[in-house]
Amino acid sequence: MNVIIYLLPLALGLGLLGLFAFLWSLRSGQYNDMEGAAYRVLSDDDVENGKT
Amino acid sequence: MTETLDVSPYVKPEADGTHGMDVAVEGITCGACIARIEHAMKNLPGVTEARVNYTNRRLHVAWSDALDEPARIFDALRSSGYRGHPFVPLRAEEEEAAETRRLTRCLAVAGFAAMNVMLLSVSVWSGNVTDITPETRDFFHWASALIALPAAAYAGQPFFTSAWAALRAGTLNMNVPISLGVILALGMSVVETANHAEHAYFDSALMLLFFLLVGRALEHAMRRRTRATAGNLAALRADTAHRFVDGELVNVLAGSLRAGDRILVKPGERVPADGEVINGTSEIDESLITGETARRAIKAGAKVYAGSLNFTGTLTMRVTAGGGNSLLDEIEKLLDKAASAKSRTRRLADEAARIYSPVVHLTAALTFLGWWLFGASAHDSILIAIAVLIITCPCALALAIPAVQVVASGALFRRGIILNAGDAIERLAEADTIVFDKTGTLTLPEPRVVNDTDIDAGVMQAASRLAQSSRHPLAMALAKEATSTTPFDGAVEEPGQGVHAIVDGVEMRLGSAGFCQVSSGTNGEGVSQIYFRHGDRTAAFAIAQSLRPDAIETVQALCDLGFDLHILSGDRREAVAPVAEALGIPQWMGGVDPAEKIAFIDALKQRGRRVLMVGDGLNDAPSLAAAHVSLSPISAADVTQAHADAVFLGERLVAVLDAITISRRARHLMVQNLWLAVIYNAIAVPVAIAGLVTPLIAAAAMSGSSLLVTLNALRANAKDAGAAADKNSVHSRASGNPESVPPLSRGRTEVGSPEETSVT
Repeated sequence: MNVIIYLLPLALGLGLLGLFAFLWSLRSGQYNDMEGAAYRVLSDDDVENGKT
Repeated sequence: MTETLDVSPYVKPEADGTHGMDVAVEGITCGACIARIEHAMKNLPGVTEARVNYTNRRLHVAWSDALDEPARIFDALRSSGYRGHPFVPLRAEEEEAAETRRLTRCLAVAGFAAMNVMLLSVSVWSGNVTDITPETRDFFHWASALIALPAAAYAGQPFFTSAWAALRAGTLNMNVPISLGVILALGMSVVETANHAEHAYFDSALMLLFFLLVGRALEHAMRRRTRATAGNLAALRADTAHRFVDGELVNVLAGSLRAGDRILVKPGERVPADGEVINGTSEIDESLITGETARRAIKAGAKVYAGSLNFTGTLTMRVTAGGGNSLLDEIEKLLDKAASAKSRTRRLADEAARIYSPVVHLTAALTFLGWWLFGASAHDSILIAIAVLIITCPCALALAIPAVQVVASGALFRRGIILNAGDAIERLAEADTIVFDKTGTLTLPEPRVVNDTDIDAGVMQAASRLAQSSRHPLAMALAKEATSTTPFDGAVEEPGQGVHAIVDGVEMRLGSAGFCQVSSGTNGEGVSQIYFRHGDRTAAFAIAQSLRPDAIETVQALCDLGFDLHILSGDRREAVAPVAEALGIPQWMGGVDPAEKIAFIDALKQRGRRVLMVGDGLNDAPSLAAAHVSLSPISAADVTQAHADAVFLGERLVAVLDAITISRRARHLMVQNLWLAVIYNAIAVPVAIAGLVTPLIAAAAMSGSSLLVTLNALRANAKDAGAAADKNSVHSRASGNPESVPPLSRGRTEVGSPEETSVT
């Protein structure tokens, strides 16, 4: 049972990590243009000539 | 254009010393547009950043001092085929965005906490029926408390602040039982944990917050989207003005004009602000303001109002806007009165909450008293009362309406209908009488070529391309037929005559009959002719105002649905009669002023009618605000759009029918959802009162009911597809043959008798 002492904080820590990642992405404006992001994936602008 | 566009009021300094501007862009239709626009911007010298937001069709550009002339941004946009307008987000829109972000943060915290606490709770629940030791259970409960208390303190704020405000004002709202339920449940759980009890309520409290926040976030997401679209439309429609600065003409945005500015208004342009004519004579069309289509002759000293269309001469004006007694101000006063009367109508959600919260409090209080009087301990009685409070908490209720609203507004959005008001769906669904304005609503706002089927396609394309080089109203109507957006090189406009250019070595002319050396043909009443010659190819284009392409079918369909239809126009009776006749609407009135329109609508309301007003003119704005619910085409004046509950895009009147059918289905689903919530409570509440509710049952019941109403709300979309199938006849008939569009004699933009048919 003592393993819980480690696992519980570990699980919570991972959860918190996810939460902060979400809050960070929200703050950095990644949800401002959900439709545009879907199209940007298809654009090759960021690929230099010759490299694919 | 030799004149430069002055956009300085819209430029904002950026953090890194560059300048930035937001631009609303028209014409973004697909993903490829993003790359094209961003490329065009980055090719400009000095542009450091260009990013298109596809969702709300906006472009953010930042540039350093190397870009000497910001107006080049708009030239670059135009040459890549898009129309842009500088733009400052409205304060309401920014507040809405900030609120949505706050709710999303709360939602994320509540979701994280609810998930983790639920994991711990499931362990406890399963442990309770097997072999969990009391020490482990206490440990799990304390761990839950550690997560739940700070999370609830943060995520519950939207409810707590609102509930506190309501309590201080001495009233109750939906947030009071929510806050009470959450705080009591958390407090009681801590007490129970400290007493080594088997059950704690941390999970229920967090789940409650999570589902309620989903509802709030959905509602805000909908309002934010419609606000953003409405803001774009306003920016795109903003007109420019020619202002004198030290004797030089500068092209400025009409919104930046101040009283005392001297401006120039060219023929074919709209007057950008209220003012007084200093110099020049002309005829102006004030139909947008008064509904009167006959033109008024004006000379130096005359007062003109923003929105009038200048026809024959160039005018120099002094701006007097903000005079306090301008026609616009009068209309604004009427509007405020009408709008404040309308805000008293209750929304479905408010209505439900008003009945709901006292009932919840009373039930919980009676449960406590009942158990206590019948001998249960105070501790057990409070516990059961909390269970009642939690299980009745309006989880499903809070989701029932926003979820439907979001799905329905999406369905409307895809049909080109943009909602301005959150409760527009509910009010649209209740309408039983429709009052139409004529000009710009039943008819198209701009005149168009009515004999396009008699004209050779090649000639049509050549003439319409040439017409793009002119600002005359007739030429602009013709220019709309063009498929190419590049005007001919070297096109020259001869004032009062027409426009000409050398194409393929032969001169091409467009303008009056004399200018093109063709014999002027006969034309019917209200139909204007514009002539074309290219070598030996000649053509005469008949231009007139016409009904919206599907007006007849839509009106027929609305009749079939049992609506009572009226036409109420500020235009002359003779102009309204043929429209009413063509559409088969027997109840019509012409020559009505804004106050009379309101009186007419009030009379209908007195008879218990729910009036849907469809109109576009400035003169319609007060009656739009006075009506139960209102719709405007996108071509409407800004003030009018601001007061319409919904705006529709495109030329089809069928949007009115779509708006009504989708709204009716949505309202049906909202009511159904409310009933689902009632049925859920009818089953869950007796169980809770009986004291049989464990945290497990509370959590399961709450999530179940919330999922049920959300799934039901999704049907607003599925039903939409069904509605489209029903109405296919209208859509296909309407799109079938544009040549059958009947030209109307006399319309607002009746562009003159034959001898005036010149391109100036």
